[in-house]
Amino acid sequence: MTAGTIHNKEQFLNRITSQLGRDRNRQVGLPEWQHRPQLDVFSGASVNELAAAFKKNSLEKSTFVVNTDKANLAEALQEVIMKYGGGQVVASKDARFGEFGLDAVLDNEKTHIWDTNRGQENIEIAKKANIGLFISDAALAESGTIVQFNDKDIARSISLLPTVYVAIVPKSTIVPRMTQVVQAVHQSVEEGNNLATCINFISGPSNSADIEMNIVIGVHGPVEAVHVIVEDL
Amino acid sequence: MAMKIGEKPFFDRVDDALEDGFMRNAMAKAQDGLRGRKLNATVGDEQIGDWEEWRSAGEEIRRHTLENLDYYLDQLSENFARLGGHVYFAETAEDATRYIQEVAKKKNAKKVTKAKSMVTEEIGLNEALEEIGCEVYETDLAEYILQIDDHDRPSHIVVPSLHKNKEQIRDTFRDKANYTGTEEPRELTAFARSQLRETFMEADIGVTGCNFAVAESGTISLVTNEGNANMVTTFPETQITVMGMERLVPTWNELDVMINLLSRSAVGQKITTYVTNLTPQLEEDSIDAPKEFHLIILDAGRSNALGTEFQSALHCIRCAACVNVCPVYRHIGGHAYGSIYQGPIGAVLSPILGGYEEYGELPYASSLCAACTEACPVKIPLHEHLIKHRENYVEKKGMTGEKMAIKTFGIGASSPALFKLAVKGMPAILGPLVKDNSITSGPGPMKLWTSVREFPAPGKDNFRNWFNDRGKGRE
Repeated sequence: MTAGTIHNKEQFLNRITSQLGRDRNRQVGLPEWQHRPQLDVFSGASVNELAAAFKKNSLEKSTFVVNTDKANLAEALQEVIMKYGGGQVVASKDARFGEFGLDAVLDNEKTHIWDTNRGQENIEIAKKANIGLFISDAALAESGTIVQFNDKDIARSISLLPTVYVAIVPKSTIVPRMTQVVQAVHQSVEEGNNLATCINFISGPSNSADIEMNIVIGVHGPVEAVHVIVEDL
Repeated sequence: MAMKIGEKPFFDRVDDALEDGFMRNAMAKAQDGLRGRKLNATVGDEQIGDWEEWRSAGEEIRRHTLENLDYYLDQLSENFARLGGHVYFAETAEDATRYIQEVAKKKNAKKVTKAKSMVTEEIGLNEALEEIGCEVYETDLAEYILQIDDHDRPSHIVVPSLHKNKEQIRDTFRDKANYTGTEEPRELTAFARSQLRETFMEADIGVTGCNFAVAESGTISLVTNEGNANMVTTFPETQITVMGMERLVPTWNELDVMINLLSRSAVGQKITTYVTNLTPQLEEDSIDAPKEFHLIILDAGRSNALGTEFQSALHCIRCAACVNVCPVYRHIGGHAYGSIYQGPIGAVLSPILGGYEEYGELPYASSLCAACTEACPVKIPLHEHLIKHRENYVEKKGMTGEKMAIKTFGIGASSPALFKLAVKGMPAILGPLVKDNSITSGPGPMKLWTSVREFPAPGKDNFRNWFNDRGKGRE
């Protein structure tokens, strides 16, 4: 990878150092934080309790929720697709679909699986798609949020351009809140790994309250959202 | 246009605002709504435990980060560039816009889409890009409304079009964009969606602000609801992000706390619909990610606060919780501040960034009730900053009316004879102004008082006479 450029750094930082009235700190350690309320949220909650909170908070964010298990997932997914009007589906390229027994559901002419070899055509299909389908990498009980670690195959467009997003949420991936996800990300950074180019926390359909504080669901992102919680333990 | 709004003096702007009944009703309604939502999502949400603990966590994170700002900015820039991004440290707004113009020229950019960002408003980026022939499209709904209404200015940090009602928005859409629908928010929003859909795809450059940058990984975090920021950062080939130099956290662990404080304090949400974290990985074979990523880190007066009693003003995370509880903002609205940063934080920040000459009167737009300090999720002592600004402003202005009055009082009070003369003479001096035992239109320094309330007429008797007479009666 070619490194990028940095302009005016030393001059800029020296001014800050001088304003702060000390020498430049070349090594700074994080202090022992005195307040860490984030660690207490849903502390000790069971998987079922977390799943229940995730469902409740998803519903609060205008998201439809389906509970199913691995054996019935394919059928449940078909029902969701039909319920939301069928039509063109665009799905991420994700080996987990196969592991979840969904290959047959995706193998039809109305479903496009993201394929970098087909370039811009992917975006054209996603723009016209009714449903964007993907598997959530983690989910937050506190706020009914799903998490995507986007890359070239788990493309950003899939949860963004279609009218409806459908996220498959393995129950075991539901954690109390953002805290647990960022801990994992932080650890990965510490280990020297490069991060996914986009780590996206998504909580239901896009919305706005910019006109007289009236909440309108469906602005530039999806207009509807579905979380399919799968018992996978 | 940059940071300043309007050319009129402060008190004239206030008068204009006080006469605008619709705007004042809109502000009151919006404040009540936003404040109620915030309370439900903070002290009212048992799920997250003690909100005060969260505020304390936010305060200690912000304090540590600002105390070591040089170190963390160094780390951020090195990590961002290591992954292929380009970093430009801009001392002034002009430095920032010049660099962005150069990038746009190099890319031969014609269309630029923007997500909502106060910092790009602060540096006048739209005008700078238009100057070199770019078409700039605001895509946040509120900013879109303002832009098509002949570039109206923001009146609130989080909801910039707060001063407009749905009928006004309908009329603007109809007059400027051939809209034929009703004033229903759903219909107006759907119109904006359809208008911008293709523009997102056609843009050459996407511009965003930055809610927080993460130093340890070179990541930019955006906190949004509409999906427009995702569109702006997904489809254009080049992304440009402008951040105020103070908007960063050391690691992802601190990002978590700040996102929670911001989402709940700004809009009363447990989390906003999108929290999008972007790290340059530019050689990856992605179809829907930028190929070039520029980060502009802006000072533009912020360093004036470093190492001073105003340093904690830079802890601000732009949630507008202070704006939403301010009784003065409620009455005068956003435009009266004459700055894109309004309310208590605006009255603290604007003089730091733009100087006392331009914004020295803003700290007087406060009743010093301290509701702002109490509402702030990172515990900035806003009302104390306002008092300190007033002190500085008076000292800087030298012999002001206020200072002269106090000095005159000092001279009079130090001499019994002069004091007696002044007390005795006051009814006679003010006599011609008295009507029905009160003064409704006073001269000079009294004018500010009598423009909003009556001033009681001085009594014919005075305390000294009364006291002496009382003593005589006892004998």
